[in-house]
Formats: sequence, structure tokens, C-alpha cells
Amino acid sequence: MIHNRTVIEARPAPTHTIGPVAWLRANLFSGPINTILSLAAIYLLVSLLVPTIQWAFIDADWVGTSRDDCSREGACWVFINARIGQFIYGLYPRHEIWRVNVTFGLFAVLIAWLAIPRLPLKRWVAVATLVVFPFVAFALLYGGRFGLPVVETHRWGGLMLTLVLAVVGMVAALPIGTLLALGRRSKMPIVKSFSVIFIEFWRGVPLITVLFMASVMLPLFLPTGMNVDRLVRALIGITLFQSAYMAEVIRGGLQAIPRGQEEAAAALGMGYWKRMGLIVLPQALKMMIPGIVNTFISLFKDTTLVMIIGLFDLLGIVQAALSDSRWLGFSVEGYAFAALVFWIFCFSMSRYSQYLERKLHTGHKR
Amino acid sequence: MSVPSKAPLRRPKPPFWRDPAKRALTFQILLMIGVAIFLLGIVNNTQDNLAARGITTGFGFLTNTAGFGIVQSLIDYSSESSYGRTFLVGLLNTLIVSALGVLAATIIGFVVGIARLSPNWLIARLATCYIEIFRNIPLLLQIFFWYFAVLRTMPSARESMSLGEVIFLNVRGLYLPEPQFLSGFGLIPAAFVIAVVASIAFALWNKRRQEATGKRLPAGWISLALILGLPLLVLLVTGVPVTWDVPALSGFNFRGGITVIPEFLALWLALSIYTASFIAEIVRSGIQAISHGQTEAAQALSLPQGLILRLVIVPQAMRVIIPPLTSQYLNLIKNSSLATAIGYPDLVSVFAGTTLNQTGQAIEVIAMTMAVYLTISLLVSTFMNWFNARVALVER
Repeated sequence: MIHNRTVIEARPAPTHTIGPVAWLRANLFSGPINTILSLAAIYLLVSLLVPTIQWAFIDADWVGTSRDDCSREGACWVFINARIGQFIYGLYPRHEIWRVNVTFGLFAVLIAWLAIPRLPLKRWVAVATLVVFPFVAFALLYGGRFGLPVVETHRWGGLMLTLVLAVVGMVAALPIGTLLALGRRSKMPIVKSFSVIFIEFWRGVPLITVLFMASVMLPLFLPTGMNVDRLVRALIGITLFQSAYMAEVIRGGLQAIPRGQEEAAAALGMGYWKRMGLIVLPQALKMMIPGIVNTFISLFKDTTLVMIIGLFDLLGIVQAALSDSRWLGFSVEGYAFAALVFWIFCFSMSRYSQYLERKLHTGHKR
Repeated sequence: MSVPSKAPLRRPKPPFWRDPAKRALTFQILLMIGVAIFLLGIVNNTQDNLAARGITTGFGFLTNTAGFGIVQSLIDYSSESSYGRTFLVGLLNTLIVSALGVLAATIIGFVVGIARLSPNWLIARLATCYIEIFRNIPLLLQIFFWYFAVLRTMPSARESMSLGEVIFLNVRGLYLPEPQFLSGFGLIPAAFVIAVVASIAFALWNKRRQEATGKRLPAGWISLALILGLPLLVLLVTGVPVTWDVPALSGFNFRGGITVIPEFLALWLALSIYTASFIAEIVRSGIQAISHGQTEAAQALSLPQGLILRLVIVPQAMRVIIPPLTSQYLNLIKNSSLATAIGYPDLVSVFAGTTLNQTGQAIEVIAMTMAVYLTISLLVSTFMNWFNARVALVER
């Protein structure tokens, strides 16, 4: 028996599934709604980017010394060029600037050492950064030792002050935050309630009121006749505020460690501080690093608030430069510069913390 | 085998410093004493300092005349009003900018967060750019940008930008038409309330019917039609009892309508845009936190895409989203205190700023200001905890 076989017509070849056209079709023009959205997005991009690039690069003036050199329609980067020294170092004496450079160069090396996973001796570098470096930095920046002339803190400013505020606030907040986090998890009722009240109080109020408090109330709290430097007052406020946030990050890290770890340590006869210092905290620290970096980013952005109590951080000094009568009307350039600096710092730190999170995240992912 | 001795095992009593219970007690007492000495020292120093400066403590200053004007107040206020009234005006200004900021930030944040997950490559990239740009620039800088670089450089009143000759924007602010309600307008809110009640009743009936018969009507659309349609119908039937007080240029300024001061606009824009970038990330991570198996299971049940989102993804994602969303709301409320940098009359600006400078009552003023923020924080987190407990997964 012979079956009557009919041959099916050959199907048309599939449309492109690779290549730019197929990519465009799949990702941008896959349907009527998507097409409309894509066109709208392209329109938005063009209408935003073209004038911005025109303003910032093509029509911009780059070199010169005064506002007369800014003749064209675009941005006047001459303003930034003329002021860059002030924006970075504040009113720090010009021939002492090397001290700032050395301090932050040293700091950058230490941080890079800690951040790059392959480098050895992490523990010792961390100890050096947290314990030794602050004293070295103080001696270098403030002076008065090793024959360095004293530079009063009211001359500090710009990016340098921003970094000083953020780094000191952070380094000082770490130990306080650790103690508070341990206190909040403690079984001792008084210690626990003290920690909870402290943390919730500072987390419940805005940083600006904390700074106000540090600048107007702190002098009242001290013995009559004792005067505290304005920068130190701001630092005290920032540290207290930051330590409460740090405590919550550290508590989160502590909670992620299984109870068995602490119980096993206790079974080996370890006391509380040994259990915490040798078993729990080192394991928790690994999990806390992304959170710590994130709080550092928000602290870094929040340091701009010190301009309200009269310190000239990067934003403060840009704002002050904008009201200089020789350079009126360049506010967009000034803000764009400050925004770019802050953005580079914060974005690179947030990328680093995301990288760490990915490295530490070993669960199932799609 | 050794024979266990009959004598009772005598455990030596540990010395005082080895007994955990006693040690904990000692430690806590020491902490209490330390804190008490610290606080007493502060109180003592403060009294000395206040006496030296001739400042009397107490809240009596709240009834004194403030003597300064405030550009924006929701309640009656003049320079003859008291400092207590100043406090209220500042508080209300903080609350209104916070409430509108929370609203706008939520809307922008959810839209951008969902856009970031869009299959459309361009839209997803745009959303990512938005998030990465705005959350990595300090809020104060953004406020300054909107205020000094955008709103302060607007044209003067005579050359103001206008939208259809009803909405005007110039260096003095935004001018909106103000509705003036005529008699008979009361029916419209009444119609609105009736529509809301009716749609709730309809939703309940619809749910019962669905449980009994398996059939359901599109409750969402019907409710929307009721809530929008009924007031609109009443509005048309009663002959539109609303007139609009349109701002008009007279002399060098606009008269009539609602004036939104530029300080408010700058603060509100910056707060919403900044916070929205964080909310967007929260929304994205909340949606991504839902296991992909949930979507696949819903697809296997052949639910359409819209229902998968509404019935499967969103209810579960909300559980992940709400706790961090709460802290963003609280951040926004606290960040509204940056108003003081551009002179928007919020609580910190008029009370912890001007009032403090005029009276010198640092302790009372700062304590009151902090108490307000603490109270708001506690209230919002209590409410959000309650809401979170309602949507939380109940296991066993």
C-alpha cells in the first residue's frame, strides 16, 4: 500500500533574530505601545542632550582669567578654572597645600588597599586606617607639630573640608555605632533601653537640627569660658547622628549571623567580648560593608548641610563664589561643577558597594 | 568504675566578678551613674551659662509678639502674632511641603521604578540614568539649583511665561487660578461621597457574587466611572457653580488666584525628584525580589499579564517595598528642613532660625523643633508598621 504523501510547503525563513535590526525590533519597536514609548524617549533625549552638549562643550569658553573671556553663548568654565584652588582647598595657605595633598594621597592609598580584594595584610591596613591615620592626618592638616605651622580650621574649606567632615564622622561613628548595636542586642535592660533611645532619637531628627543644636546648644552645655572650635562642634553633631545610623547597619549585619556561631563560641568557654570580637563581628563585618558604604555615601552628601551653620564645604564655597560681584550670573556652571564632583564620588562608591553585594550574594539568581 | 561520692557536690561560689548576673547588674548601675553624672554636669553648666548670659528659661516667650512677617502661611498670621503662632505656621508649612512631596515622589518613583524594568531598552536606560544622576547629587545642591539657577532667573512679572493665559510663572512664583465656589456647590462633594460609598458596596457585592457564581464584573472600571461620573453629572446638572479667579497682571505684579512662592516650588521639586530616585530603586528591587517562579506559575494558570501584575506580583512586592518606603518618607519629611537654606518658611527656618535668633531661647526652641520631628517620625512609622502588619505574609 502506498501512502499518498503530501509535502508541506516550506516555511519562510525566520526574520532576523540577531544583528542590529533584530535587536532594534525586539527591544525598541516590538509593538505599537513600545514604538510610541521609544519615539517619545528619543525625542526627550534629543531635546535634552543636544542643547546641553551645545552649552557645556561646543559653545563653552574654557581658558581665560576674567569674565570678559566669556563672550560666547555657552558655559563659562573660566569661572571654575579661576576658582578651582579655592573650591578644592578653601582658604588653606597656598604654600601649605602639599600637606592636604599628602594627607589625601595617603588616605587614597589606604582605601584602595582595603578596597582591592587581592592585596594582603588587610587587617593591619584597616587598623592603620582607623587608628593611626587620624592622628597623622590631624598633625598634617592642623599642624603645630614637627615644625609645621598651624593652619586654623576657619581656613579649611572646599572639597578638602567635605572630605574631612565625611571621613572623620565615619571613622568616629564606627566604634560608637558598634557599641550601640551591641547594646541594642544586649540582654541587659538598662543598656538596651539606653541604646534604643539613643539610636531612635538621632534617627528621628533631621541632621540640620542636630547641627543647629551642636552650634547653639553645645556651647551652653560646656563649662563657662570653655570654647569649642566651630568645626569640632559640627563634627560632634555629625558623629552622634552618624553613629545612630551606623548602629542600625551593624545590627543588621549582626542579625545575619546564625545564633549557632555565638553558642559554639560560648561552648568553647569564650567570654562576651571574645565571642563578639573574634567570632561574630568579623563574620558580620563582611556583610555590613555594603551598608557601611551606603551610609557613607549619604553622609558624604549630607556634609553639604554644614554651610547652614557657616562652614564652607564644597557647596558652601561654590555658593559663596557665586555671590562674588566679579562673577555674577554663573550659578549654573558653579552648581554643575559641584554636582559633577559629588556625583563622581558618590557614583563610584555606590558602584563599589553594588560590586560587593554581588560578590557576597551567593543565592540563586535569575 | 568509681563510686560516686555521696557527699553533695559543692560548687564553689564564683567570685563576684565572675558571676554574670551580678556583673551585668554592676555594669548597668555604673552606666546609669555615668549617664546621670553626664546629664547633671550638662544641666549644671547650662544653668551657669544661662545665668551668665541673663537668659530666663521657660516657654513664656511663646506668647510674646513675634514682630516679623512670613511669606507663606496657611493660617492667619501677621507680624503682631505671637511666637506660638509662628511655630504653628512653620509646622503647617513643613507638613504641606512634606505631604505634597511624598505624593509626587511616590508617583515619580513608582513610574521610574517600573520603567527601569521595562522590556524597552531605551526606557529602561533612561530610568537608570534618572536614578543614578539624582540620587548621587546632594539634595541641598539640587535645591540650590532649582532655586537659584532656575526659578530666580525666571522673567519678571511683565514677561512671565504663561500656559493658556491662566497659569503664569515668573520670578515671583507660580500663579494658579483659584476656584470660587458658588452656592449649590455643596452637592458635588455630597455626590462624591455617595459615589464612593456606592462603589464600595458594589465591590463587596461583586466579590460575593464572584465567590458564589464565579462571574465577576470589571469592578475597577465601574467604580471609577461612578466616582468620576456622578460628581461630574451633578456638576453639569447644577450648572457648574464654580468660577475661576484667574490671576491677572496689574501694575508690576499679578493679582488674584493662588500664588505658589518660588521657595516652595524649588523645595518641592528637589525633594520629590531626589526622593523619587530612591523610591524607584526600592520599587525595582521589590518587584525583582519576587521569585520568577511566581510569574511562571501565574502564566501556567494562563492569567493575562495585567492580572499577573495585579494579583500575583504587586501584592507580594508591596511587602518588600513598604518598610524601606517608610524610611524614605521619613527622610523626605526630615529633609524638608533644608528649606531654611533658601528661606522657605518651614519649622526650622522660622522657628529654629528667626525665633531662636530673636529670643535666644536656644534650649526650648531646639527641643520643641526636635520634638516635632520625633513625633512625626514616630507617628508615620507607627502607621506604616500597622499597614505593613496588614499586608505582611501570615505564616502559620
